Amino acid sequence: MRETKFWTWHILAGAVVLVLLGLHMIVMHMGSIVGLLNPAGGEPIAWANVLARSRMVGLVAVYILLLGAALYHGLYGLRTILLEMGPGAALQKAINVLFWIGGLSLFVIGTLAAIVAAR
Amino acid sequence: MALSTQHSAPRYHPNRLGLIGWLAGGRWGIERYVYTLHRITGLGILSYFLLHIFVTATRALGQNWWEGAMARVDHRVFHIGEFLVFAAFAFHAANGIRLVLIELGWAVGKPEEPVYPYRTSLNVQRPLLAAMMILAAILIALGGWDFISLPHGH
Repeated sequence: MRETKFWTWHILAGAVVLVLLGLHMIVMHMGSIVGLLNPAGGEPIAWANVLARSRMVGLVAVYILLLGAALYHGLYGLRTILLEMGPGAALQKAINVLFWIGGLSLFVIGTLAAIVAAR
Repeated sequence: MALSTQHSAPRYHPNRLGLIGWLAGGRWGIERYVYTLHRITGLGILSYFLLHIFVTATRALGQNWWEGAMARVDHRVFHIGEFLVFAAFAFHAANGIRLVLIELGWAVGKPEEPVYPYRTSLNVQRPLLAAMMILAAILIALGGWDFISLPHGH
């Protein structure tokens, strides 16, 4: 039952990533076509554009949500592949613990960066 | 010799093929190779994403740190890699939509009487697969256009 819940969250996180990473890709990789959320013009990675996006509160919230959803979706996918290899019970537990700690740590780093950059 | 009537189900089913099973496990249809590509692109995107968290976190340290980090990755190899990540995302997303539609039972077709010429759920799934691959190709072409049109490093 718990694994079914994890799988359902994996699909839901995938749907969130699809929409939000789609938006991120449009902003960052289709800039010359749509020019979305790049107020200073030029390259999306230019500091003026990065600073402007970092200070948009709604966009910061979107990026934190995307960070959490992408970490969960990606790490759950990798965990599935590793568990498919048939590790023993102790190794399975170690993988679970490592992925939870690693995922939460990366989420804290990314969220702190987004909040500090917004100030 | 009498045959044993005791059949105990094995408790543990080892994954004998391992990673080889992703590509060479039998006479599989194209869906199996799309599945393999889905996993490969997923692993590629995840690898990039984990690095991306640290690189983009430098914006919190100020303009110099950000521009220093961007200068370090301003190389043709990284730009090509970035485009490959975009292409991987386009494929993974389009195929992911297909997988969810099938998972939820919305793209497997209705049950039918087995009347010749037989129709299977593949009659629904294959056109969906083709449509999603066309969608992925269009997205990759648009991203490729942006990649070519922007100035890049050496």
